[in-house]
Amino acid sequence: MSQTVQTSVMSMSDGQSESPVVLGLETRNIHAWFGKHHVLKDISLKFPEKTVTGLIGPSGCGKSTFIRLLNRMHEFIPGAAMAGQVLHDGHDIYSPEVDAAAIRLKVGMVFQKPNPFPAMNIRENVLSGIKLAHLKVADHDSIVERCLTRAGLWKEVKDRLTATGGSLSGGQQQRLCIARSLAVEPNVLLMDEPCSALDPGSTLRIEETIKELAEKIAVVIVTHNMQQAARVSDYCAFFLTDGGPGYLVEADATKKLFTNPGDTRTADYVQGKFG
Amino acid sequence: MSTIIAPAEKTEVVPEPITPWKPSQKTKSVSIIVFLASLFLSAAIVLLTGLAGIDGFGLALFCVVIVVTTVRNLRSNQKSRKDAFVGVFVASAAMLAFFPWMSIFASVIVKGVRGLQPNFLVENMQFTTPDDELNMGGAAHAVIGSMLMVSIAAAITLPLGILSGVYLTEIRGRLTFLVRFVVQSMSGVPSIVAGLFVYTTFVDYTSKFSGMAGALALAVLMLPTVARTAEEVLKLVPDDLRSASYALGARQWRTSLMVVLPTVRSGLMTAAILGVARVIGETAPLLLTSLSNNSFIFNPLGGPIGSLPTYIFGLLQIGTENSINRAWTGSLVLLILVLVLFTTARYVGGKDKR
Repeated sequence: MSQTVQTSVMSMSDGQSESPVVLGLETRNIHAWFGKHHVLKDISLKFPEKTVTGLIGPSGCGKSTFIRLLNRMHEFIPGAAMAGQVLHDGHDIYSPEVDAAAIRLKVGMVFQKPNPFPAMNIRENVLSGIKLAHLKVADHDSIVERCLTRAGLWKEVKDRLTATGGSLSGGQQQRLCIARSLAVEPNVLLMDEPCSALDPGSTLRIEETIKELAEKIAVVIVTHNMQQAARVSDYCAFFLTDGGPGYLVEADATKKLFTNPGDTRTADYVQGKFG
Repeated sequence: MSTIIAPAEKTEVVPEPITPWKPSQKTKSVSIIVFLASLFLSAAIVLLTGLAGIDGFGLALFCVVIVVTTVRNLRSNQKSRKDAFVGVFVASAAMLAFFPWMSIFASVIVKGVRGLQPNFLVENMQFTTPDDELNMGGAAHAVIGSMLMVSIAAAITLPLGILSGVYLTEIRGRLTFLVRFVVQSMSGVPSIVAGLFVYTTFVDYTSKFSGMAGALALAVLMLPTVARTAEEVLKLVPDDLRSASYALGARQWRTSLMVVLPTVRSGLMTAAILGVARVIGETAPLLLTSLSNNSFIFNPLGGPIGSLPTYIFGLLQIGTENSINRAWTGSLVLLILVLVLFTTARYVGGKDKR
C-alpha cells in the first residue's frame, strides 16, 4: 500500500477557514451514540504524527468509545451512531467511498487484554496483519525482527519464534500484540489501556516502546494511570461525564495539564482527588 | 505546536446521529427496485424462452442479477465490484439452500391442509377405515401416543444426557475417554438397530409391544444427541466462573449445579430440543417396539400404541387417495407438533441471563 502524503493546504468542505492538514488524526465535533444513548459530545482534537497523546478521565466518560471511533471500530457495535468528522491525513475516514479495512490498516489498535492469535506461533502472529491484508512484502524475517525489536520483545523471543503466543507472559503477549500492529506499518497507533493488566516492569517496557514509536508515528493512549500519562505522553486530553454524554474538559501539553491546569476539575483529577 | 484542540465550529446544537457505514436509504430503495425489476425480467425470460418451471426461473434470476450487478458496479472500484459479485453468489447459495426447505414445507402444507379438520385432531381411527371421507376419523390417538413416548424418552434421556455432559466437562473422571467413546459410537447406531435391541430385550421380556418399549428405543437414539450437545455447551462456560465459585468456598457439585448449569440454561434447552427433533419422526424402531394402534391408549404398558410416524407409514402402505391424504395431514400435524414443542421449550427455557 502506498501512503499518500498530503503536504498541501486542503480546503474544508463545510466552508471553514482553511487550515493546514494534520498528518495523523484529527477529529472535528465528534459525537457518539449507542441507540438513543448519547455517550460522547463534541470532541475536536488533533493527534499529529510524532506525538503521544494521553486520554485520561474516569470510567464511563467515553474514552474507549472515542478511540474506537478513530479507526472505525465503533460501527461493529449494534445500534452505534456518530456525527462529525475524523480526518486521517486530511481525509474524512467516514466519507462513503472510504474502505474501512484500509483505514484500520493505517490506524492500528492495541487492546486492553493481550490477544495474540492462539492458532499462530510468535512469528506468524507478527506477520498475521500482512497475511490478513494480502500485503506483498519481500523479506518476512527482517519484518519479524524489526517489529519485535521495536516492541522491545526481540531479545526475549528470538530463539523461540515458533512457540505459541500463549506461552509468553502477559507483558510479553502485549508487546507481541504491539509488534503485530507495527508489522503493517500504521501511521497512527491507538492503545486502549494497554498496560492495565500488566506488572510495573512490563508496563515500563511498553512505555519505552511507545516513546520509540512516537519518533515516527502518532500514538493515542487511553490510560487510568496518571503517572503513566505524565511519563509517556506529550499531550493530554481530559474527559469527564456528569451522567450525560462524555465531554472534553481540557486538552493541553501534558506538563501544563499536570502542573497548571486551566480547570479545577482537571486539577482535582490529576491529583487523585476523585475518579 | 501548543495545543491539540482541533479547529472546529463552536456550537451547542447536537447534530443528528448518522451511520455512514450503513448503506443509505436511497441505495437500499434502489436495490429493492432493481431486485423487483430483476424478478419481473426473469419471469419474462421464463415466459418467452425455453426455460421453464421454478428451476428455470431461478437460473434466469441468477443470470439477470449477475448482469445487473455488473452494470451497476461498472463505475465503482475493483474491491467493491468483487464485493458485489461475491455477495450475489453468497445470496444465491443461501436461496439454493433455502429452496428445498421451503418446498418441503409448502408441499406438506398444501397437501395436508385439506384433511386438517376438527375431527382429525380429536377422533381416532377405531371406527373409521382409512378409505373413508376425510371428515371422519382422525389422528388424535397417534398424537397422544407420540407425545407419550417422546415424553418418557425425554424424561429418561435428559437427566442422563446432561449428567454425562457434566461428567465429561466438570468431573473429568477416569472414565471420560470411555464415556465419550461410547456416546459417540451410540450416535452412529442406526435407528432400526436401536429398535431391534429393545425388541430382543424389553419386548421379548414383557412379551408384548408397548409404548414403554417404543420410548426406550427412542431414548437409546436420543441419549447421544443430548449428551454430546450438553458437553459442547458446557465446554463454553469460561473457567473463570468455576474459579470464582471455588474461591467462594463452593464444592464441586454446588459449583456445577448453581453456577455452571444455570449459565448454559438455554444451551441445555437446545440439547433437549435437538434430542426430541432427532426422534420424533422415527418410524423404524417404533415398528419393532410400539407397533401401531387405531384407538386411544394412555397406558405405556398397555400393549401396542399408535404414533404419528407409524400412522403415516400405515396409511401410505394402503395407498388409496383418501388414505394418502390422511398421511399428508398426519405429516402436517407432526410438523405443527414439533413447532409447538420447540416454541414452548424456547419460551420456558428462555434466554441466558447475561
